[in-house]
Amino acid sequence: MLHIRCPYCEEYREEEEFSPAGQAHIERPLDPESLSDKDWANYLFFRKNPRGLHHEMWLHAHGCRKYFNMTRNTVTYKILETYKIGQQPYVLDENSLDENSADKNSPDEKSIDEKNSSEVSK
Amino acid sequence: MKQINRIGSVGNTDASRIDRNKAFTFTFNDKSYQGFEGDTLASALLANGVDVVGRSFKYSRPRGIITADAQEPNAIFQIGSTQATTIPNPRATQTELYNGLTATSTNGWPNVDFDLMGTLGKLGGGMMPPGFYYKTFMFPQSLWMTYEKLIRKGAGLGCSPQQPDPDSYDKMHHHCDVMIVGAGPAGLSAALAAARTGARVIIADEQNEFGGSLLCSKQLIDGDSPQKWLFETITELADNDQVTLLPRSTVFGYYDHNYLGINERRTDHLGENLAEISSRQRVHKVRAKQVILATGAHERPLVYGNNDVPGCMLASSVSTYINRYAVVPGNTLALMTSNDYAYQTALDWHDAGRKVCVIADTRPHSNGERIRLAAERGIKILFGHAVIDVKGSKRVSSVNIAPLNEAGNTLTGDTSRYTCDTVASSGGWSPVIHLSSHTGSRPVWQEDIQGFVPGETTQEQNICGGLQGVYSLAKVLSDGFNTGAQAAQKAGKGQGQYDGAIPKTNDLNESPAMAIYHIPHHQPTSRAPKQFVDYQNDVTAAGIELANREGFESIEHVKRYTALGFGTDQGKLGNINGMAITANFLNKTIPETGTTIFRPMYTPTTFGALAGSDVKHLFDPARFSAMHKWHLDNGAEFEDVGQWKRPWYFPQSGESMEQTLQRECLATRNSVGILDASTLGKIDIQGKDAREFLNRVYTNPWSKLAPGKCRYGVMCKEDGMVFDDGVTACINDNRFIMTTTTGGAAGVLQWLELWHQTEWPELEVYFSTVTDHWSTMTISGPNSRKVLQKLTDTDVNNDNFRYMDWIEAEVAGVKARIFRISFTGELSFEINVQANYGMHTWEVVMAAGEEFNITPYGTETMHILRAEKGFIIVGQDTDGSVTPQDLDMNWVVGKKKEFSYLGKRSWTRFDNQRNDRKQMVGLKPKDPTFVLPEGAQIVFDKDQPIPMTMVGHVTSSYFSACLGYSFALAVVKGGLDRKGQSVYLPLADGTTIEAEICSSVFYDPKGDRQNV
Repeated sequence: MLHIRCPYCEEYREEEEFSPAGQAHIERPLDPESLSDKDWANYLFFRKNPRGLHHEMWLHAHGCRKYFNMTRNTVTYKILETYKIGQQPYVLDENSLDENSADKNSPDEKSIDEKNSSEVSK
Repeated sequence: MKQINRIGSVGNTDASRIDRNKAFTFTFNDKSYQGFEGDTLASALLANGVDVVGRSFKYSRPRGIITADAQEPNAIFQIGSTQATTIPNPRATQTELYNGLTATSTNGWPNVDFDLMGTLGKLGGGMMPPGFYYKTFMFPQSLWMTYEKLIRKGAGLGCSPQQPDPDSYDKMHHHCDVMIVGAGPAGLSAALAAARTGARVIIADEQNEFGGSLLCSKQLIDGDSPQKWLFETITELADNDQVTLLPRSTVFGYYDHNYLGINERRTDHLGENLAEISSRQRVHKVRAKQVILATGAHERPLVYGNNDVPGCMLASSVSTYINRYAVVPGNTLALMTSNDYAYQTALDWHDAGRKVCVIADTRPHSNGERIRLAAERGIKILFGHAVIDVKGSKRVSSVNIAPLNEAGNTLTGDTSRYTCDTVASSGGWSPVIHLSSHTGSRPVWQEDIQGFVPGETTQEQNICGGLQGVYSLAKVLSDGFNTGAQAAQKAGKGQGQYDGAIPKTNDLNESPAMAIYHIPHHQPTSRAPKQFVDYQNDVTAAGIELANREGFESIEHVKRYTALGFGTDQGKLGNINGMAITANFLNKTIPETGTTIFRPMYTPTTFGALAGSDVKHLFDPARFSAMHKWHLDNGAEFEDVGQWKRPWYFPQSGESMEQTLQRECLATRNSVGILDASTLGKIDIQGKDAREFLNRVYTNPWSKLAPGKCRYGVMCKEDGMVFDDGVTACINDNRFIMTTTTGGAAGVLQWLELWHQTEWPELEVYFSTVTDHWSTMTISGPNSRKVLQKLTDTDVNNDNFRYMDWIEAEVAGVKARIFRISFTGELSFEINVQANYGMHTWEVVMAAGEEFNITPYGTETMHILRAEKGFIIVGQDTDGSVTPQDLDMNWVVGKKKEFSYLGKRSWTRFDNQRNDRKQMVGLKPKDPTFVLPEGAQIVFDKDQPIPMTMVGHVTSSYFSACLGYSFALAVVKGGLDRKGQSVYLPLADGTTIEAEICSSVFYDPKGDRQNV
């Protein structure tokens, strides 16, 4: 049972209030019609299944109903940060996990850039 | 019967924890016995001299009580006097005695003293190696079920209750600063230190009273009896309102992020059928800032020949029975030990006034103080000796002792025999690492204590006392106080240093223990008397060595092949010994053979406790429409749609379901019917970009839908497959009301939020669920307008109120939204009123419709009427692999929409362009009265060999009273081009039904009736 900090409610809540919503930071292509079947299938079906650090999306289903992002270690289940949709993760690899405060559960403000104001990376 | 093994109080003080003034009567295997309050069932049986308590699983050998704790592999009973209250497989060592307790052995047939399987076991014993069942009963596989029944009758464990559980259970949730598991000296001193910082502390222990090892100890603390320190400590903790004490509470699981599950047994120790007094068990779910594991250590037995004969016990458990329960479980003791500590058992036995015939110490020598104390009592001590086997069948009659070399792997001399009835053995201690490994922490072997201790963990976990191999009481106490203070500080309380006084106690000097697990024999292991490692599964040292010889080297493989550690005890008693034997055989170290990982539950936990009060009507919430009472009063049968209770059909007296449906269908087609449609999902969508948002999530265009108009829409997932449909009404340019399927409402709302929040936050749009705010009643049929017109001053004729319009009007004196939409194909009006007016409006509509014989109908008639029109039900006719094109619904797909809406791109994927995709068609059985079973598979060629090529299946199937024949909707490969052709449905009963593919619209194909 995970203990999850909702970045919108700014509180720790029980896992029962949340539901997982798959891999985070998957951008819908701006022009789907221009994509080959293969590229479209990549967007549609292919997901990471990493051992270790993973950026995933969760929904505070029985709370504020907001989707948000989480960086979680899939081996230890340790949650390294949770951050709002549109923000970028602070923890990007296992090393930043050791160097920075591992208990940090929200990203550094400086690392945040609004997704929709920057060029979408595919 | 007399308690022959119960000893009197020693001197003036009775140090035992039993209350001799409260005698209890209990029955075991239909015989009546006496015990005392404070006894466990095991101590009471031993007091009464009961030797054989069960039969072993595979060989059916007589078995007695071995331990006094959670490790017990043999004394596993069926407890309870009725089929409702019976409990399978609790350990007698952890079952508190109460008056009237009824227990039976869980195996042994016909009974434990004369056992048929035992005879077979003796004959076949040598012929039942590990893998015996796999090897013997493997062929033919089809007969395994038969073998299994016979095998399980003779062996196996307890039986499930056959009647409903009369007890109730509940749950509590806690948050605390420091959660302490185990209330022995380590846990209690940690609790004191943590509580004194003002931290919120919870301390739980599986036993009926706190104290752990101190409950059976005589070692003075601060110059006084340990019971005095216990009393003062518990009093201080109990008086602190920040501290929660949970005795009789097993921490069964340690989960991620410092989350613990605890099962508190509240009435199990009092008797049966106490639901009126209290819940029987309560699960506490604790989220702790810091966890202190103070779970102590379990003693390890030594592995020697015939070590399962009743009378062979763990040394520490013998001491526990003597000191805590005033029971000496025999007359003459032989002790075998690899360490100093176990000498205490011989001292306790001797001091209780019975005879210790010999102590076989596997070490060459020892200078410890307990050795001196034993020698002072005149007890015979043999250094460098071991018990190699015992004689006796239902009770030990003698032991064979032989000298041992220094390494402990070879016997160096002849055997001598000692007459005794009890053999206590001690091979050292294993820290109780179970909880720590629940969270994935791998245990680490610590050579100096010859045991695994908790390894690295990601949890906020602290350990102290025996769990980390600290066994001397003085060290355990100071360790506890320090750990408690440190954990409190990490939780934000106190300074982290315990500066109070630590109680003083004197530990006796000890010499080092010897690393020995498996006692050698004069014969090779495979020929020596059976040396049991795992008693519950009858795994022997020979069996493990055989597994090793057959190539199973990883301990995980050995476990699975031999079943080592697979009993209800999870190998608490035998795993380390089994690993040691494997390591020795393979010339490896114990950690090289692997570690042993324990998983929840620590001990078996009842399903009742886990379910708590979430049973019966509290299992799942039920939702009711505002008109529910009317449906009840009018005899509706209900069906569950999601959590909703929806009327299914409204039978009149004496009517069959079939007759009811025919009546309801005909009444609606010929006059007027009424349906409670309140359960359909309703989402209020507002904002200036609401229209654009609809364009993106629906397949059809919404740009030109004017206020006052409705439109049917289909929603697809991004893979192009239909996942919901419904009608959306334009209230004004900034506001739409979307309806969804009853079961899909929550999922659709979540879907809309997903796209809005993650992809299109720039769109100004808001979603609110308003399903419960409205009551919806659909009146349908040629007379529906007449009924409606009676109830409203607004002109609802066809010129003013067109098909697919909605209006605001007063109906039955209540403000209503009326949608002129149709799911039956008839002239229909969907009246929506504020939910608290629902019942009123329904009743007024019923009264107004009386002259037209207005007929309430339920979901089943609704299904038939819509199917006659070929209208799909998402989730029944579709299954997440069906596109709008497959449904022949190209008309609902926007071709010119600017935005590439959800699902669109996927329709041009290769797989979705195949012309042999399964497509929605109608089916007419050749026999017009035969109703095809829904789900029936379809083939083109009925004469092809089995397995046939299946080309589709029936999704909806009914008899139509209006059409006069049965019909079905189905998906068939390339079906849209096969209209007029026959297909075949081979049914489970062997018959094959022929049906013709036709249009999926059976009734009023031009749609005239809804437009009048």
